Amino acid sequence: MALDKIQIAQRIAQELKHNTYVNLGIGIPTLVANYIPKGIEVEFQSENGVLGMGPFPFEGEEDPDLINAGKQTITTLDGAVLFDSATSFAMIRGQHVQLTVLGAMEVSENGDIANWKIPGKMVKGMGGAMDLVASADNIIVAMMHTNRAGESKILKQCTLPITGVNCVKKIVTNLAVLEVTKNGFQLLERAPGVSVEEIKNATEADLIIKRNIPEMRFTK
Amino acid sequence: MINKIVDNIEQALEGVESNMTFMFGGFGLSGIPENAIASLSKKEIFGLTCISNNAGVDDFGLGLLLQRKQIKKMISSYVGENAEFERQMLSGELEVDLIPQGSLAERCRAAGAGIPAFFTPAGYGTEVAKGKEVREYNGKPHILETALTADFAFVKAWKGDTAGNLIFKGTARNFNPLMAMAGGITVAEVEELVPAGELDPNQIHTPGIFVQRIFQGEKYEKRIEQKTTRKKD
Repeated sequence: MALDKIQIAQRIAQELKHNTYVNLGIGIPTLVANYIPKGIEVEFQSENGVLGMGPFPFEGEEDPDLINAGKQTITTLDGAVLFDSATSFAMIRGQHVQLTVLGAMEVSENGDIANWKIPGKMVKGMGGAMDLVASADNIIVAMMHTNRAGESKILKQCTLPITGVNCVKKIVTNLAVLEVTKNGFQLLERAPGVSVEEIKNATEADLIIKRNIPEMRFTK
Repeated sequence: MINKIVDNIEQALEGVESNMTFMFGGFGLSGIPENAIASLSKKEIFGLTCISNNAGVDDFGLGLLLQRKQIKKMISSYVGENAEFERQMLSGELEVDLIPQGSLAERCRAAGAGIPAFFTPAGYGTEVAKGKEVREYNGKPHILETALTADFAFVKAWKGDTAGNLIFKGTARNFNPLMAMAGGITVAEVEELVPAGELDPNQIHTPGIFVQRIFQGEKYEKRIEQKTTRKKD
């Protein structure tokens, strides 16, 4: 069965490395914070100016002066720090933030990502995405494998205006885990019960498939 | 001590004219100069270029200036929360320059720091890079971005003193300190204005040298865009 959004977040959470700083984008990436594996210590950065972001506040304790990049009310954890936007992007551009997880509309086999504009239809802006993808060492995309029309979002070449070039390292979708290699997309894992054939059919780009492809595993 | 205090908002806004460029601090609706925006939205000034990370919502923040069609051009990084903005942009009434958020912050900081331009990797290979010089540093392509200046910068702080020193609270800091540095005339509004000497110099975020006028805002609505909470167990 294809994964739901929570399972995509759970699978990405397995990629978190101990003692690292992580920026989570809006949508599925935000959910990753709920599934940090035991024994792993990470600090979440939000580009509007907070490091050490905590969970949502209890009802009645929301502070309009404390939000994340999605404009949601948040809390801070012990050791948190607040700063201005230039300092925030110094952390990002200067590669002090080690992992970026973000959503995408399209990813191409050379690691280009498109996620900020559909010409003539939707123009919301790139926010911090262009700065994030231009600099992070490790970039993981969380998204559905296909768009609402059922078309592959994993392409030989992006068709939408791109956000950054040669930057995505890994993709976790509702169907598969893919790595962007210098030779294209390599299929690493498949969603439980989803066949390699089904993944191939849902993917416009070519897939590198070596031996048996294991199912994703979820620890309870 | 150089006194930066003005008696009222009218004095704070003295000199604003049509066709000027204004900067507005804030991220979403957090840390926006509510009182300055509300007063500007009542003035007969039009053709404005506004530099702000976001464009407010339909009936609050810069949305108020958009409603009266006072803005000719917006320079922002993300404008997803405003239907009127989208309508004016798609119909061509409003000119929009979307730029990466980190570049926006750094372009303001650079202006205030006397740096006319800098190279950044953000936006290389995208629409943002069109017409911009590309140079390779450390094996990676970067694009040339120029500093952003403004006739006025409107910023909002939590506390300030009569010398113009500012302290921000939470994530309401965001672009405010950078725009304060970049503004030709920087107008700071604060929730609490105290006599010089009352703020601990160790705790000040924006030195008063970057602020030309300061006043205490009459009231702050501090609207929350996305109220997200969790339940107590």
